[in-house]
Amino acid sequence: MLESDLREDTLAPPPPAASLIGEKHEAAPALIGQGVGGVGPILIITRLTFHEARRRRILVLGFVLGLAFLALFSIGVYFIQRDILRSGGIADERLIREVYGFLSMAGLYVVNFLIIMMAALISVDTLSGEIASGTIQTIVTKPLRRWQVVLGKWLGFLAMLSLYLVLMAGGVILAVRILGGYTTPNIMSGLALMVLEGALVLTLSILGGTRLSTLANGVLVFGLYGLAFVGGWVEQIGAAMHNETVIDIGIVSSLIMPSEALWRLASYQMQSPLTRDLGMSPFAALSLPSPAMVIYALIYTAVMLGLAMLLFQRRDL
Amino acid sequence: MDHPLAIQTRGLRKVYGDKVAVEDLTLDVPQGEVFGFLGPNGAGKTTAIKMLLGLVAPTAGQARLLGAPIGDPQTRAAIGFLPEHFRFHEWLTAVEFLDLHAALYGLDPAERRKRIPELLDLVGLSEAAHRRLRGFSKGMLQRIGLAQALLNRPRLVFLDEPTSGLDPLGRRLVRDIIRALRDQGTTVFLNSHLLSEVEITCDRVAFIKAGRVVHLAALDTLVEGLTAVDVRVGGITPDLVAGLARFAKPGSLRADGDRIHLVVDDEEVLPAISQWVLSQGARLYALAPQRPSLEDLFLQVIGSDVRE
Repeated sequence: MLESDLREDTLAPPPPAASLIGEKHEAAPALIGQGVGGVGPILIITRLTFHEARRRRILVLGFVLGLAFLALFSIGVYFIQRDILRSGGIADERLIREVYGFLSMAGLYVVNFLIIMMAALISVDTLSGEIASGTIQTIVTKPLRRWQVVLGKWLGFLAMLSLYLVLMAGGVILAVRILGGYTTPNIMSGLALMVLEGALVLTLSILGGTRLSTLANGVLVFGLYGLAFVGGWVEQIGAAMHNETVIDIGIVSSLIMPSEALWRLASYQMQSPLTRDLGMSPFAALSLPSPAMVIYALIYTAVMLGLAMLLFQRRDL
Repeated sequence: MDHPLAIQTRGLRKVYGDKVAVEDLTLDVPQGEVFGFLGPNGAGKTTAIKMLLGLVAPTAGQARLLGAPIGDPQTRAAIGFLPEHFRFHEWLTAVEFLDLHAALYGLDPAERRKRIPELLDLVGLSEAAHRRLRGFSKGMLQRIGLAQALLNRPRLVFLDEPTSGLDPLGRRLVRDIIRALRDQGTTVFLNSHLLSEVEITCDRVAFIKAGRVVHLAALDTLVEGLTAVDVRVGGITPDLVAGLARFAKPGSLRADGDRIHLVVDDEEVLPAISQWVLSQGARLYALAPQRPSLEDLFLQVIGSDVRE
């Protein structure tokens, strides 16, 4: 049974070994073409990345926690709204708007934190883990190039993050809209900046994974995030004190890791005009990063991604 | 396009820091051959395979697979690989796993649907087709890994310790598959430390020791001119054994109770052995010449201090 299987089905047609590869190339030139240098392998890896996140319940956990947060947030908004109505309404419409503006920024601030956590956690072991376990060996010996594996994973995680952001931020924005009738300004540009922020953290985490162990990579990514976070505050305080040197320290930290600067730009976009003028709050920016920071962050992300591909291409597995 | 040599390496070398993993690998493996790569653990076998597959960059030297430089993605479409300690995405089912790898090989969906059941059947895992790999035994993982290496009907297959973790039935299966591959002209590069395995399946073997090929021969000519001898002696003494060692090829003598096994250059030595035993006052029960096994040769080439 086995022998005949081998001969007749599985390994047949018994080729003159020489013709096998030639036949293959003629039969499916497009596929082979795709296999090397095309988008085929990239999309296979992207799909695999989604599949893995689903099977490992990372996404489910992220969404459950996110939904729990949204539920809490909505309940909070609901009770605040009830108090406002019960107190016979605060006379000033504008003040009510500011209350909701503040609430939505608080909600988005949490979402911002969740996005960064997700970006780092879902990707921190994707390369280092596969290198350590050896699963990568059967992947990169297929007819593809290693950079396609990196890009495929990156795209998969970016799609997940974007989806997560839209659901979470959308939930916050909808909650204050439905319950409080407040419309968050500049939603599109604000969310785009937050996606860029997530992409940046994600890219760093993938870059670290090409050479570092999972643990070291996690320390690196959260360390950089912490640097940017503190640097952002240093810059704010410097701006309040009108101290140029302190501001510069903040700017330098933003150049090393632009994530916090992107959040400040995003929050500037989405906060109410009054809060903007008021300045100092956890979600507002006294010293607003230059719009050039967006260009810088885009280039930063592209360079880090390119570097990740290069380092992964060159390492021994 | 086609090339008579499946594998051709010249002075392939890999150094990690100050540790030399592979000293100098120079090999020609013609197409259609089942080639055994033998050596003790840590001799550099796996590093050698990794260099050939482009997983590890050589420090020096060159190599070509199927006529193309190593690492060429096009050529990989015609190559199969089963890594040692095969590990993979254990959250996939057997079918999903094979489908993923078939897709990476560039097989279209229709071909994948046809090919995957064939291979599951070949390695005896049809029943487990929709089970997660997480629940697989070591032997089952080895089988699914083997199926993965054959998805693309490769012209050249690298098998790194393919029988590790397999029971006798599984080892038999691997042997049958290797034979079938040879019958249809596939080149097989078999990395193994299981000598009996190699002895049964391979056309030619290379012995690798400390990162260098120390012996390369066709299996049927390998043991020519050598004779193994089984000696059974009563009243054995250390002196007697030491004396016998003078007749034996270096490293080939093994003593086990009253039985001594050694390899000699030719049968003409046998009378001298019997004389020596009798002159020591020992009782000679048996002195049986036989065809040396690969193990005899291995111990002689690699040195008796190395154990499996």
